[in-house]
Amino acid sequence: MPILQTTGLEKRFGGIVATNNVNLSVEKGARHALIGPNGAGKTTFINLLTGVLKPSSGRIALEGKDITDTSPHQRVRLGMARTFQINQLFLDLTPLESVGLVVSERLGSGADWWRVVGTKSAVTEEIVEIIERFHLSDVMFDRVAVLPYGKQRLLEIALAFACRPQVLLLDEPAAGVPEAERHELLATIEALPKDVTVLLIEHDMDIVFSFADRISVLVNGALFVDGAPEEVAKDPRVKAVYLGEELDA
Amino acid sequence: MANPALTSHVSDYLKRRARWSPLEIAFWVFAFATIWLFPSKYLILKDTAILALFAMSLDLILGYAGILSLGHAAFFGLAGYFAGLVAKYGYINEPVVALVAAGLVAAALGFVTSFLVLRGSDLTRLMVTLGVSLMLGEVANRYSNITGGADGLQGIDIQPIFGRFRFDLYGHNGYVYCLIVLFVCFVVARRVVYSPFGLSLRSVKGNSLRASAIGIPVKWRLVGIYTFAAGLAGIAGALLTQTTAFCSLDVFSLDRSADLLLVLIIGGTGYLYGGLIGAVIYKFLQDYIANLTPQYWQFWIGLVLVIIVLVGRERMAGWIATGRGTIESLFSGAAARSPKLAAPDGK
Amino acid sequence: MLTILFDGVAYGMLLFVLACGLSVTLGLMNFINLAHGAFAMAGGYCTVILVNRYGVPFALGLPLAFVVTALLGGLFERTLYIHVYARPHLDQVLFTIGLVFMAVAAVDYTMGSSQQFVQIPEALTGQINVFGIGMGKYRLLIIAICGLLTIALQLILTKTRFGSRLRAAVDDQRVARGLGINVGAVFGLTFAFGSGLAGLGGALGAEILGLDPTFPLKYMIYFLIVVTVGGTSSITGPFFASILLGIGDVAGKYYVPKLGAFVIYAIMIVVLIWRPQGLFARATAK
Repeated sequence: MPILQTTGLEKRFGGIVATNNVNLSVEKGARHALIGPNGAGKTTFINLLTGVLKPSSGRIALEGKDITDTSPHQRVRLGMARTFQINQLFLDLTPLESVGLVVSERLGSGADWWRVVGTKSAVTEEIVEIIERFHLSDVMFDRVAVLPYGKQRLLEIALAFACRPQVLLLDEPAAGVPEAERHELLATIEALPKDVTVLLIEHDMDIVFSFADRISVLVNGALFVDGAPEEVAKDPRVKAVYLGEELDA
Repeated sequence: MANPALTSHVSDYLKRRARWSPLEIAFWVFAFATIWLFPSKYLILKDTAILALFAMSLDLILGYAGILSLGHAAFFGLAGYFAGLVAKYGYINEPVVALVAAGLVAAALGFVTSFLVLRGSDLTRLMVTLGVSLMLGEVANRYSNITGGADGLQGIDIQPIFGRFRFDLYGHNGYVYCLIVLFVCFVVARRVVYSPFGLSLRSVKGNSLRASAIGIPVKWRLVGIYTFAAGLAGIAGALLTQTTAFCSLDVFSLDRSADLLLVLIIGGTGYLYGGLIGAVIYKFLQDYIANLTPQYWQFWIGLVLVIIVLVGRERMAGWIATGRGTIESLFSGAAARSPKLAAPDGK
Repeated sequence: MLTILFDGVAYGMLLFVLACGLSVTLGLMNFINLAHGAFAMAGGYCTVILVNRYGVPFALGLPLAFVVTALLGGLFERTLYIHVYARPHLDQVLFTIGLVFMAVAAVDYTMGSSQQFVQIPEALTGQINVFGIGMGKYRLLIIAICGLLTIALQLILTKTRFGSRLRAAVDDQRVARGLGINVGAVFGLTFAFGSGLAGLGGALGAEILGLDPTFPLKYMIYFLIVVTVGGTSSITGPFFASILLGIGDVAGKYYVPKLGAFVIYAIMIVVLIWRPQGLFARATAK
């Protein structure tokens, strides 16, 4: 059974069909990439998956359970977490506080209004583990607003990871990251545990082909091609879509 | 799996942050010392303490949760009338019990109205909060046979606290009462602010989209803090009624809510002491200016507001940067600035 | 009952003229101007001084109120408000509350705190009978003037270049700027115009609403209600909201006098629960 599945997912904004009858299946443990030209509706799709947008029609299932009507924060509890294409961080908090927040929430002490943050050792250990995994130890006490972009991007992913999701949705993780800091970022993504399913949106084909074991192509909101990387790379239609775009541009 | 040295370092850092800093302790020692230091000023000190509690409660929702409210006076006034009525008609004779009850009543109103505040824009929130406050004022006016209407609720007889401490004419017991209540409420608020709940509020204020994307039920957290803040505001209102044996319609006025915003602007938001410090400075200003030009106090307040905004709150904080910045970090726990990582081994 | 309806409509249209400037300002620059009522007050006092003290005819006093207040608005906008545009809403609220306090105290100092009455011409006092309904002549005048103004405003918005620039800038400021629209100038002119309208409304309304130094504080809430309920993306929204509120307030004060403005506040809260962006706002409001 696929861990994440959409059936006939559609999203209309007035006359525009942003997501067009998408039936996507993501297998457990997969490294699944979602690619497509600009404006194809990839981020809209992620927003539908995470509940930020309500679909016009269609269903979404996580581990077989229908989650179409659950709220965004509930979907996190059920095991789905995402990163944002443009960093959505807590600028006035520190990485330590940010990660700490996620871990606290997950371990159930989020609503605790009496205990001081840091007194539960299990929580603290996990926070430190995540900080180290994402190479944030040297900046963990600094305000997020002053961190270099590469570190911010790492934190962006760290926050989603700290939710210990079953499915991790990465929206263009490498976007805007300077060359010098890319390597650290990509290595971190490569090192994600195998039992976490990753759905990756990316433009950078090098990353896609080195990372993904399955690729889906989204064009004008509809699923165009879906298969193993070799097949997709060879598919003439995909080439036409991308090359055609370049010819027009 | 985590580096144990680092873990314990982080753990120490977090716990140290929440510890009472020397400046905080000095602040409260001095606050209580005023009981003996300024015996002739009990009335104004008491008013300051009540205002401080009221302002602190607004800081919880404005500075920590980012909710813009012009109607915080609703909770203040509701609890004030409640405390007055239960004392006047003898329903609850013990002031402390009445105080807690009044706080709960205000918290209940806060809970109910919190759902109104969750939706819409800043302007909507401003209007809804203001609307509730003004509505309560109209209701109080309508039922003037109970509330005394424009003349205010009179004939309130407050019993001695615990049957022993009478509210005397000089205001000594009244002041001590208010100060202790302020301190207790402060301690609780402080715990809340340093808790995971408090941290989640700051994240909601900073980026509510991301907060819900990491699993925080944003709505319920906001409801929680709004209810709590309403309760504290109610306690402040009840204190005022109990110590003055009087309550009138102006507890619901826009003026009161606006003055409260001014207090927080002067003192700063988001570090809990803003309301307290702001209240002291505000009362001092009020006393000073009222002596100069009693009638046109409003003009000078307006001018102060305009100037503060024009100059810019950040710029002003920048001017007194060493002062204010140090005070803030000293108040928010020792070593709030990043302790460098060399520390664990080479302390 | 019909008289109440008539009075309510008159009151509502007056509210509209007073509040529409605020609505456009908020929609255009996302700026919460709580001092809008002070401009209305300025217009009222201006007419009072001109008509009562200097014997200027009423018919001239009204447009003069508009002109003076518009100039005042333009001046304030260029010198003071412009510094506060980019600030968070809290700062704007504080700033404009500060201005109101100053205005109220200044007027109290110079003009005294008692209510002022404009000497309206003989021809406008009393009632006339239309279809068996007793209509106050002054209120008829209000409906006539405000009605004409509303139509004129709608025409300006929809038929003129300035109007389309204004609507573009309200819709999306950044894109409008990108298209070469001088958003700063549009705003300055609109602000001045809106303040002028407020001043005219204050002058017109002195007779009905009561003019004293506390006017901005008393009525600011009404304007805000109009804007919040009516939304900021059009002027038809605030128009209908004003009428609704006008009738609601007059009816409320007549049928349940002790509760006074309670009815208004209750209506507002109910509307905002139901539609947080206002009754007539577009679904995709900012």
